Amino acid sequence: MKFSEQWLREWVKPALATQALADQLSLAGLEVDEISAVAGQFDGVVVAEIIAAEQHPDADKLQVCQVSDGQETFQVVCGAANARAGLKTAFARVGANLPGDFRIKRAKLRGVESMGMLCAEDELGISDDHGGIMELAADAPLGIDLRDYLNLNDSLIDVDLTPNRGDCLSIAGLAREVGVLNQVPVNPVTITTVAPTCADTFPVTLSAPQACPRYIGRVIRNINLDAQTPLWMQEKLRRSGIRSIDPVVDVTNYVLLELGQPMHAFDLNQLSQGIDVRLAQAGETLVLLDETEVTLNADTLLITDANGPLAMAGIMGGAASGVTAETRDIFLESAFFNPLSIVGRARNYGLHTDSSHRFERGVDWQLQRQAIERATALLLDIVGGEPGPVTEAVSAADLPETPVVRLRDARVNAMLAMEMPLETVEDILTRLGMQLSRREDQAWDVTVPSWRFDITLEVDLIEEIARVYGYDNLPVRTPIAQLPMPPIAEKEVSLSRVRRHLISRDYQEAVTYSFIEAGLSALFDPKTQPLALANPISAEMAVMRTSVWPGLIKAVQYNQNRQQLRIRLFETGQRFLPQAEGGLLQENVIAGVITGNRDAEGWVAGKDKVDFFDIKGDVESLLALGGSPAEFRFVASEHPALHPGQCARVERQGEVIGYVGALHPQLLKQLDLNGPVYLFELQQDAVTAGRLPRYAALSKFPEMRRDLSLLVDEQVSYDAIREVVTAAAGDALKKVTLFDLYQGQGIEAGRKSLALGLTWQHPSRTLTDEEINNSVSAVVVALTTHCGASLRE
Amino acid sequence: MENLAQLLEQGKQAVAQADNVRLLDEVRVQYLGKKGELTQLLKGLGKLSAEERPAAGAKINEAKEALQVELDARRAQLETDALSAKLAAEKIDVTLPGRVADLGGMHPVTRTLERIEAFFGSIGFSVAEGPEVEDDYHNFEALNIPAHHPARAMHDTFYFDAHTLLRTHTSPVQVRTMESTQPPIRIICPGRVYRCDYDQTHSPMFHQVEGLLVDKNVSFADLKGTLEEFLREFFEEDVKVRFRPSYFPFTEPSIEVDIDRGDGKWLEVLGCGMVHPKVFQYSGIDPEIYTGFAFGMGVERLAMLRYGVNDLRLFFENDLRFLGQFR
Repeated sequence: MKFSEQWLREWVKPALATQALADQLSLAGLEVDEISAVAGQFDGVVVAEIIAAEQHPDADKLQVCQVSDGQETFQVVCGAANARAGLKTAFARVGANLPGDFRIKRAKLRGVESMGMLCAEDELGISDDHGGIMELAADAPLGIDLRDYLNLNDSLIDVDLTPNRGDCLSIAGLAREVGVLNQVPVNPVTITTVAPTCADTFPVTLSAPQACPRYIGRVIRNINLDAQTPLWMQEKLRRSGIRSIDPVVDVTNYVLLELGQPMHAFDLNQLSQGIDVRLAQAGETLVLLDETEVTLNADTLLITDANGPLAMAGIMGGAASGVTAETRDIFLESAFFNPLSIVGRARNYGLHTDSSHRFERGVDWQLQRQAIERATALLLDIVGGEPGPVTEAVSAADLPETPVVRLRDARVNAMLAMEMPLETVEDILTRLGMQLSRREDQAWDVTVPSWRFDITLEVDLIEEIARVYGYDNLPVRTPIAQLPMPPIAEKEVSLSRVRRHLISRDYQEAVTYSFIEAGLSALFDPKTQPLALANPISAEMAVMRTSVWPGLIKAVQYNQNRQQLRIRLFETGQRFLPQAEGGLLQENVIAGVITGNRDAEGWVAGKDKVDFFDIKGDVESLLALGGSPAEFRFVASEHPALHPGQCARVERQGEVIGYVGALHPQLLKQLDLNGPVYLFELQQDAVTAGRLPRYAALSKFPEMRRDLSLLVDEQVSYDAIREVVTAAAGDALKKVTLFDLYQGQGIEAGRKSLALGLTWQHPSRTLTDEEINNSVSAVVVALTTHCGASLRE
Repeated sequence: MENLAQLLEQGKQAVAQADNVRLLDEVRVQYLGKKGELTQLLKGLGKLSAEERPAAGAKINEAKEALQVELDARRAQLETDALSAKLAAEKIDVTLPGRVADLGGMHPVTRTLERIEAFFGSIGFSVAEGPEVEDDYHNFEALNIPAHHPARAMHDTFYFDAHTLLRTHTSPVQVRTMESTQPPIRIICPGRVYRCDYDQTHSPMFHQVEGLLVDKNVSFADLKGTLEEFLREFFEEDVKVRFRPSYFPFTEPSIEVDIDRGDGKWLEVLGCGMVHPKVFQYSGIDPEIYTGFAFGMGVERLAMLRYGVNDLRLFFENDLRFLGQFR
C-alpha cells in the first residue's frame, strides 16, 4: 500500500523523520519497499493564468501566451496543445530550477522572446504525464508557489504488507500501528452522524448471511455531479495511486483509503425493487464496470436486484448500475463480506481490486456504519443532496466472533526465553486495541479487536508482544540438545564423493532446468509422454525432463556457440518418468557429457578427440567407487538418442541402470552441434550402493602367466571371448587382461587380432607347468569352437 | 732402489694423465698390481742385507701408499666429473607446463549447499530429501496455507493439475519428516524449488535449504542464536544481523533476517520462524509439548552475496567460463 506521509501525520505525529519512520515500520513487520518524493526538486514555479494565446508567427506547433501571475504579465512561448486563454497552470519563472538541474532562462524561440516556461506534470517530477501543461482548478490563487498550492513537500511511502495485516490497509490502520510503536496518541477524523433530510430507503435482503452478515445502505437524492472533487482529495487519491473519476467514486475510494472500508455507490434509479445479496446461479452473467462480461461461478457472492446481478460483491461493480454523469440519486453500500466468501474469487476471474484485496484479508466488521457516515458527510460537502436514513441489514449470528484468547505467562516466557514483565505484556496488547483481563492461573484472557483477523491463537499474541517489543531486543542463545551420533552407512558412496570423483576426472558440474521444451524431450525420448506443466513460463520450459541429457546438450550447444569446444559436464538431479495409471517416478540420476579433444591443449597433449572408450572409462571408474565393479556389465544396445553402433546399456546384476554412448549423428545435425558427443546417464542409487570390504586370504603360491595372441572375426565381442576364456581356463584363473587389439595391415580383412594375458594362482599349492599348459589348450580349443578364433603365429 | 723415486714420479704422472676410470685402473695394475712395478721392487728386497731390508721395504711401501692416495683422489675426481657431465646432459626446462591433468569443478550452488550442510551437520542436523513434483497437501495445506489463502499468491506456483504442482519450497520435506518421525527432529532439506517468475532476480527454478528443529523448550532465542551464528560463519565475517517481523502461514512468529556486511545496506537473506501449532497438529506432533523453529534460505542468493555474482541467470546457463571460476 502506497500512502502520503503527510496524510498519515494528520492522524498521528511520531517524533521521527521520514526514513526513521520507514525503518520503524519495517522493523515492526510492515516492510517499507520504497520512499519517494511526491514531486521532483524544483523551485520558482507558481500558479498562473494564460490570459491570451496566439499562434507563433514562424512555428505551427508553438503558441505565444500572455501569462499572469496576478502581479505581472509575461510572454511565454509554449508548445503544448492544451495551452489556451483562461487556463490556470504551472508557470516556471525565469530563474526557476526544475528537476534535472534545469534552470529557466530568458530565451528566444524562433525569434519570439519567452520569459519562462509552462510545465507539464512530468517536467516537475509529479507524474509521467506529458499530455500537456498542467490544468489547475479555476479557483487556484494566482502567484502562489506550486509546492504550497499542491502541498508537494510530502513523501510517498510504499509498504509491502503481508497478507495477515489487512488491518493496516488504511491510513487509520497504519496510524494505529504507528501510535502503538511510538506510544503516541492517534487523532482519528471526527465522524458525525449525518441526520437524514429525506425518508427514502432501499430494501436489502441477505440471502447468503454467512457470506454477507452485514449490509448497510443509504439513499442520497439530488446530488450534483457537476461539482468537482476538491484538490486536497484528488491529491491524496493521486498519491495513493488512484485517479480521480467523479466525486462519488472519489469519495468511496477516499473512505477506502482512509478507513479501510471498501464501498460502492449505485445509481438508485437503475435498481429495481430491492437488493438481495446472494450467491450466483451458474450461468448468470454480469457486465463489469470495466465493460467486460463475465459468466459467474456458483461460488461468487453477488449484489442483485429483481433484474439480476448488479455487482460482484466485494470485488467490482457492474456497468449498468454504476454512477454516471446523469446520475442524480444514489444508493451507497457499506457492507461486511466474510473473507472466506471473497478469497480467491477475484483471481478466478483474473481480477484484483482494491476492494477484493481488503475483503480477502478481512475488513473490520464493525466499521461499516462509521464508513457510511463519513462518506455521506464528505459527499454532502461536495455534491450536496438529501441523505436518507442509514439502513442496516444484519444477521448477528453470522457476524464474526470476538475471540477471547488465553495467554499463559509461562508460554510467553518459554517461547521468548525471558521473563517478560506483566506490565509490558499488558501495555503492548492494550495499545494494540485488545482488552485484557487477568485470570487466577497466571494467564490473561485477551479479547481481540474486530479488525485483527490474524489473531486467534496464543502464539499470535506472543508474536504481537515480540514484534512490538522488538525482535532485536529479545535474547539470543544457542540451542541445547542431546548429541546422539548420526548413523553413517559405510557401504553407501556419498553423492559428494561421486561429484568429487567426476571433478577429479576433469568434469565440470552443471545445473540445468528440470523443465525443458517438449520438442527437445521428444528428440531424446520419443516414446515417453513427459509430464507437462499446466502453466509453463515459456515453451522452452514446458515439460518435466525424462532425462538429464537434453539439458546437458543445451549446455554443450551454449558453450560451443561461445568457442568452448572441449566440454566435459555432469549433473546430478531428478528425472521425472511418467508411470502407468498416472503415476510418476522421480528418480535421482547422474549424467554426463563429453565432447572435443581428449586432452586439454598442451605441449605434450595428444590432439585426438574423445571417443566412446573415454566416457566408458569414466563410467567404469564411477562404478568402481562402490567396490563391486564386477556386478556391472555393458551390453551392446540401442537408444533413440544414441548412435546404434556406439551404445551400451549398463546393467547391474542383470538390471538396467543406465546408458552410455555417442549422441546419434541425426541429433547432432538437428541440434547443430560439433561432434562427436558422448553421454552417460546412470541411476544414482545403483552407483552409490556399495559394499563393505571383506578380507579374503592371500595366496602364498606364485602366479603363472601365459599370453595368447588370437585372430577372430571382427564381429566377435570381447565380452564373448572373455566369457569363453573364463569358463575354460579353470578355477585357478585369477585375471584376464586384454593388452593389445589390432586390425589393419597384416591382418585379413574382417578379422581382428587380440592379445590376452592370462594369470593363474592357486590358493594352496604351486601350479605345475603341465596344469597351465592344459588350461591354455582348453582355452584355445574353446575359443576355436565358440568364437572361431585361431592362434596367431 | 735408486729408481724408486723415479718410478713413483712416473706413476704419479700416469695417474694424472689417466682421463677415465678404465685408464686409471690400468695405471693401478701397472704400478700396484701383483706384478706391478712398485710391487716388483718389494720382491727385490731379498737381495739386500738383513740390516738394509726394513728401511728399504718401508720406503717402497711409502711410495706405494703415496701413489694409492693419488689414485684415489684421481678416481674421485673422475667420478665427480662424470656425474657432472651426466647431470648437465640431463638438464630440462622445469618451467614447461606439467603433463595435462585438468581438474573439473563443482557448481557454485552445490559448493554453497555443501557448506551449508557442513555447518548444520556439525550441530547434529541431518539431510532429508523429498519429491520435487509434490501434492497440494504437503506443499500448502499441511503448512497451514489452505486453498485460496492470500499467501498462495506469494508463491507463483507451477501446476500440473488441481492437486499436483512443483514444490515452491522444500518445506514439504519437513512435513513428510514430521509425519514419520517424533521429536527431537533436526533436519535440513536442500533441493530444487520452483516459482513461476523469471527476470534478473527471479529464476523459475532455484535452490533452497530449509531447516527444522523440534524439541522440548525450543525458543525464539535459540532460533536467533542459531541463525546469527550460521550467517557469521557462512560469510566468515562479523556481519550485522537484523531480525524483522514478517508473515509465513507456517510459522508464528515469522521473521525475515537481514544482514549488513559493513556497507550500511540491509539485505534480506532468509526467512524463519517458530513452527506454527497448526503445522504441528497437521503432522501429529503435540504443540503443547514440543516447540520448534524452521528456516529457509535461497542458496543462489547466498552464493551471489558470497562470491559477488550479480545475475541469478548465470547459475543456470552453465557457461564454462563462469563455472570454471569456482574450482
